[in-house]
Amino acid sequence: MKNSVTTGARLFGAGLRALLALTLVTGVVYPLAVTGVAQGLFPGRANGSETEADGRVVGSSLIGQAYTLPPEEGQETPEPDLRWFQGRPANGLGTNTLNTEYRLLLSGATNLSAGNEDLVRQVEDAKAAVVKDNSVPGHAVDPSDVPADAVTSSGSGLDPHISPAYAELQTRRVAVRNGLPVARVERLVEDHTEGRTLGFLGEPRVNVLALNVALRELSAQR
Amino acid sequence: MSPVLSGVLQLLALVGALALAYVPLGNHMARVYSSKTHLRAERWIYKAVGADPDAGMTWSAYLRGILAFSVAGVLFLYLLQRLQGVLPGSLGFSSVTPAQSFNTAVSFVTNTNWQSYYGEQTMGHVVQTAGLAVQNFVSAAVGMAVAVALVRGFARSRTGDLGNFWADLVRGTVRILVPVAAVAAVVLVACGVIQNFSGIHEVGQFTGAPQQWNGGAVASQEAIKELGTNGGGYFNANAAHPFENPTPLTNLFEVFLILLIPFAMTRTFGVLTGSVRQGYAILATMAVIWLGFTALMMWTEFAHHGPALQAAGGAMEGKEVRFGIGGSSVFAVATTFTSTGAVNSFHSSYTGLGGGITLLGMMLGEIAPGGVGSGLYGMLVMAVIAVFLAGLMVGRTPEYLRKKIGAREMKLAACYILVTPALVLVLTAASLALPTPPHSMLNPGAHGFSEVLYAFTSAANNNGSAFAGLNANTDWFNTTTGIAMLLGRFLPMVFVLALAGSLAAQRPVPVTAGTLRTDKPLFSGLLVGATLIITGLTYFPALALGPLAEGLAR
Repeated sequence: MKNSVTTGARLFGAGLRALLALTLVTGVVYPLAVTGVAQGLFPGRANGSETEADGRVVGSSLIGQAYTLPPEEGQETPEPDLRWFQGRPANGLGTNTLNTEYRLLLSGATNLSAGNEDLVRQVEDAKAAVVKDNSVPGHAVDPSDVPADAVTSSGSGLDPHISPAYAELQTRRVAVRNGLPVARVERLVEDHTEGRTLGFLGEPRVNVLALNVALRELSAQR
Repeated sequence: MSPVLSGVLQLLALVGALALAYVPLGNHMARVYSSKTHLRAERWIYKAVGADPDAGMTWSAYLRGILAFSVAGVLFLYLLQRLQGVLPGSLGFSSVTPAQSFNTAVSFVTNTNWQSYYGEQTMGHVVQTAGLAVQNFVSAAVGMAVAVALVRGFARSRTGDLGNFWADLVRGTVRILVPVAAVAAVVLVACGVIQNFSGIHEVGQFTGAPQQWNGGAVASQEAIKELGTNGGGYFNANAAHPFENPTPLTNLFEVFLILLIPFAMTRTFGVLTGSVRQGYAILATMAVIWLGFTALMMWTEFAHHGPALQAAGGAMEGKEVRFGIGGSSVFAVATTFTSTGAVNSFHSSYTGLGGGITLLGMMLGEIAPGGVGSGLYGMLVMAVIAVFLAGLMVGRTPEYLRKKIGAREMKLAACYILVTPALVLVLTAASLALPTPPHSMLNPGAHGFSEVLYAFTSAANNNGSAFAGLNANTDWFNTTTGIAMLLGRFLPMVFVLALAGSLAAQRPVPVTAGTLRTDKPLFSGLLVGATLIITGLTYFPALALGPLAEGLAR
C-alpha cells in the first residue's frame, strides 16, 4: 500500500514537472516571442486596428459601434442617430456583471432559435423600424427590400460591416438628414464597398465606421 | 458571383490547401514520432521530468503517464483560477468560483474547452496565457500521443512497448505544435488579430462615450486553439469576435488550421504502418463524411427554413456579414466534426437541421476528421468494428493491418463506442427529469431540449461548442459537464491504449487471398456506413426529439 502511494506521488511529481516545463515553453516563451514579433512588425494591428479621424481615435476598423443619440433621462435604449449609417442590431451583448467597475466591450449572440417567437418579434420590429427610418418623402422603402443583415444580430454583436444592400437602402435617408445630394452619398457607399477577398472569400461588405468617417468629412466640407 | 458559388469555392480552396500540406506534414509527424535523436530543449525537459525518453512503456505505464500529467494539469489550472484575484497581471478580475474553476480546468485539460464563463470579463492575462493556452498545446499533444501509441500497436508485434509517453508529449509539443502555431499566430496578427498585454484602457468612439477594451495575447492563443482542435475563445463570441477572426481570409485560414493535423495524421498512420494506402482509405472515409455534411449544411442554411429566418429573409442571425452563410457553414461543420468547438457563428440560431448537423458531427464521435489524435484513434476503433462486421458477413476471423480482431479487441472497441452515448443520454435525461436544470434553457420547446442535449454531447465528446443560450454556469451543469468531459476523454483513452497493448503483443497474420483489403474504396464505403449507422442510430431518438422536430416543423 505504502509502495503504491509513493509510486503515485512520484508519478504525479513527474507530471507536474513536465507541466511546468511545458508551461515555460508554451505559456511564457511562445506568447512573448509572438508578441515581440507582432509588436515589431504590425504594431497597429496587434493593438486593435484603431482608426483616427480629426486627430482623435474614433474606434477600431474591426469593431462595430452604435451610432445613437445621447439617451434622454429614463430612456433605456438610446435612439439611433439617423444622420449616420446604422450597423446591425446587437441584441445578445449581455452586460458587465462580474466586474462592475468596468464598462467593458462585450461580445455575444442572442442564441435565439429560428423558431423562437421572441426572435420573430425582434426581426419584425427591426424590419418595421428600418422601413420607417429609411422611408423619406417621395420614397417609401419596400419591406421586401430590407436585407437579412439589417434585421438580425450578428454572432459577436460587434459586426463592423453591413451588406452593400443595407448601405444602399440607407443612402436616401442619410442624404436628406445631412443635406447632401443622394447621388453623392450613393457614390460614397460605392467607394466604401469591399468586394470578396481574392474575388471569392467571404461576402461583399461595407465598413460602417469608415463610411461614417467619410460622411462626416463630406458634410463638413459643405 | 452568387453566395452559394462563393461558399463552394471556399470549400474547394480549403481542400486544395489541405491536400498541399498533407504529405509534408504527415511525413514530418511520422519522422518526429519515430526519431531517435533529442533536441537540446527536449533533453532539458526530460531532465526536469526525470524521465528516460528512450525507455519503452507498456500500455498501462503509458496510461499512467497520461493520467499523472492530466491530474497535474487540472490541479494547476484550478489553483490558477482560484488564485486569480491575488495574482498580478489579472486586470483586477476576481478569483473564479470553485464550481466554475473545476469545470474550466477539466474542460481545457480534456481538450474540450467548454466555457461556462465570459472570457473578456472573467479571465485575466495570466490565466489565459499561462494556464488556458498551455493546455491548448499539451492536451492536443496528449491526444496525438495516444493516436501514435495505437498506431504503434498495429505496426509492432510481439512486444509490450508502445513508446515513451513523455517523449511523445514533448516532441508533439515542441516539434509540431509550437512551430506551426508560431507561424500561424504571426499570419493572424498580420490580418488584424490582436496580440498585446495592455491593461483595460479607453478607446474613443465615433459618437458617445469611449469603450473600454481589454488587450490580450489573442493571436498566439487563437493559433493553437484552432491547430490543436481546442476551441476555447479568448472572448465570449469566440471566433465570431473581430479581434479573433477579423477577415474572410483569417476565417478560411482558421478552418484550415482546424483540419490540418487531423487529416495529415492519416498520412502519419500510413507511413508508420508501412502502407500509405491504408492511410488514404482512412482519409477518404473522413473526407467523404466531412464534405457531405458541409454540403448539407450549406444547403439548409441557404434555404433558411424557420419562422424567424423566413421573416428576416436569410439565415443571418448569429452570423457575421464578412463570413456570410458559406464561410459560416464551412466553419460550423469543421468545428463540430473535429473536437474543436470554436465558433464563428452561433449554432443555436442555425436552422433546425443545420443545428442538427453540428450535433450529429459530435455524436459520430468526432472522427471526420476528428480532433488532433482523437480523430485518428476514434476512426481506427471504428475501422476495427467495420472489419468485424465484414468478418461476420463472410464468416472469417476479422483482421485489420495483419492483426487479428479477437474477442478482447472487440470488447475494448465496443466499450470505446459505448462510453460517450451512455454519458450523453443518461446526463441529458437526468437534467430533464430533475426540477431545476431545465430552468437554464433559453429557448422553449424542442430547441430547449436540444440545448441540453448539445451541452452533454459537446462535453462528453470533448467538443466545447454550445447552443449557448443555455445558462451552463450553475452548479449542476458545471459539475455534470465536468464529469462528462473527464470520463468522455479518459475512459476512451483507457480502451484505446489497452487495445494498442493487445495488438502490439500479437504476431502478425499472413496476408492471403481471403484477407479483406482495407486499403480499397470498398472498405472506405463500409467504414462510412458503419460510422453513420452505429453511432448515428444510437442517437436517433434524441435527434428526433430535438433538431429533427425543430427542422421539420412547418
